[in-house]
Amino acid sequence: MYKFSKKLKTLSFALMFVGLVGIVWGFMNTPSTIEEAKEIVAKNSQDGHGSDHVETVSTHEVVDSHGDDHSASHDEHVFHQLQNRPWSALYVAIFFFMMLALGTLAFYAIQQVAQAGWSIVLFRVMEGITAYLPVGAVILFVFLALSGMHMNHVFAWMDPELVDPTSPKFDHLLDAKKSYLNVPFFLIRAAIYIGGWILYRWYACKQTLALDNAENGDLKHYKRLVGASAAFLVFFLISESMMSWDWLMSIDHHWFSTLYGWYIFAGMIVSGITTIALVTIYLKSKGYLEYVNDSHLHDLAKFMFGFSVFWTYLWFSQFMLIWYANIPEEVTYYAQRFEEIKVPFFAMVVMNFAFPILILMNSDYKRLPWFIVMAGVIVLVGHYVDIYVLITPGSVGAQWKFLSPEVIGSALFFLGLFILVVFTALTKAPLKVKGNPFIKESEQFHY
Amino acid sequence: MSSKVIQAMYNDDDILMSAVKETRSAHHHIEEVYTPFPVHGLDKAMGLAPTRIAITAFMYGLCGLSFAIWMTNYMMIQDWPQDIGGKPSFAWIYNMPAFVPIMFEMTVFFAAHLMVITFYMRSRLWPFKAAENPDPRTTDDMFVMEVSVDGNEKELTSFLEKTGAVEIKVTEKH
Repeated sequence: MYKFSKKLKTLSFALMFVGLVGIVWGFMNTPSTIEEAKEIVAKNSQDGHGSDHVETVSTHEVVDSHGDDHSASHDEHVFHQLQNRPWSALYVAIFFFMMLALGTLAFYAIQQVAQAGWSIVLFRVMEGITAYLPVGAVILFVFLALSGMHMNHVFAWMDPELVDPTSPKFDHLLDAKKSYLNVPFFLIRAAIYIGGWILYRWYACKQTLALDNAENGDLKHYKRLVGASAAFLVFFLISESMMSWDWLMSIDHHWFSTLYGWYIFAGMIVSGITTIALVTIYLKSKGYLEYVNDSHLHDLAKFMFGFSVFWTYLWFSQFMLIWYANIPEEVTYYAQRFEEIKVPFFAMVVMNFAFPILILMNSDYKRLPWFIVMAGVIVLVGHYVDIYVLITPGSVGAQWKFLSPEVIGSALFFLGLFILVVFTALTKAPLKVKGNPFIKESEQFHY
Repeated sequence: MSSKVIQAMYNDDDILMSAVKETRSAHHHIEEVYTPFPVHGLDKAMGLAPTRIAITAFMYGLCGLSFAIWMTNYMMIQDWPQDIGGKPSFAWIYNMPAFVPIMFEMTVFFAAHLMVITFYMRSRLWPFKAAENPDPRTTDDMFVMEVSVDGNEKELTSFLEKTGAVEIKVTEKH
């Protein structure tokens, strides 16, 4: 049985406290009037940052330009963007850590369905990581519900004026999507996705615990587990795709990409596998998981390498087709990112592609724990920035600021919560599953 | 100069693997092992030096990447610049995204083909070459381990019999 060390627990609480300070600071420093917003922008342009935002393309400005007085509407727009900033930072962190647990859950289900031999000794680690899913997904649902109640404007399409034909802000493109993009249906869908994922996780964990206590050779629970995992994967691939449209793509509600669901999935699974590798290496360094050998780590690192390349493949496929076709309604998405958020946008491609491919290519390096940790940390930070670049241009536009207390604070707070939930869950069950018919193969696994 | 070798035949790859390990731990010199299919882990059991083909593959890939960059630049920018879809063709870098698939394919093409050619050359395989395997059954269902004899023929034969060999032959190797 794993014992949650005092040091790690203190660390998680410290992270949460520091994070909370950052989040509160972020909310305290949002402007409450348009005049205050103007002041902040003026101050920022003196700092040399964000001074070119006036000329930039924004999908929302298209909407706002229907107003009579462009300058006034622009000021109001900036005001809303600044108000969105702490909310948007919070949303990035909520989504990212939920995504780690969800990606791990998908990987776990794939291992079950494939009846993979090598990964069985890691099942309890994966189950521990997915324990964050109920917590993270419910927090995310609360956030979406708050957005639906207009507490924030991260999802610009939720503004009822945009679909009101009498309003000067009326947006006929959004009006055509009204039957899908409306707050009640949006929340119902979210509840269905989240409910389905949590249900599978609960059922799978119940079955593996039952398998632990089952008689030798009793495969009833094992068969149920494989069947449930297969059903979950079907549900997951559909719900994950729709989830990515709802929770991320709809932030830029005029833009769409058919590759989006896969793209989000690739980022999700590589982050999930990286988390499994990092937690495994941590537990091993503390003297647990003595049956996990360097061949298991090697396989995890191979998956990190492979899915990093897969992520890049999808990132580039989406980009190249849009760049080549150069259709205005599609290309604005990238034009905005190239102009407004260039540094994080390109930095994350380097971190998620160039780094893993060069660091993890050599077979010997994939067996060195410190190498995997180094690559893993870069991959996770890279995918955090990826989620940031997906959300922020649509919600705060040119008013983004990555190195700010609210962005770092949100990340630290949810990192602390993640550590607390995951490592508490790891203490609840033995770190090695029993009763799996392939467990011997996993224990003796060698490359 | 010719040397005497014992050829021990096995009919199972697992028996062969344990025989190889036993023979090596008994300090007999294994000249070569012939198998009908690649046996996983055999190179390590025999104590062969690790392969360097991965390093050559990486370098061949870089060659392919460089070649693709040179080729796209020569064809599409210098020799015959064309306006395709209104994309700028004044400098290679402006059109780079369009060339990424070519760069990728060339990298794979060079790495794959040159790696195979390297492997053939290192294994001394070329067209019309006479087969080296001592017994035609090693292309079907038999595994042969060749152990060099150093004046201990009797002892070695009885040792190999115990490792599970189904047939043992002493021959001169040229």
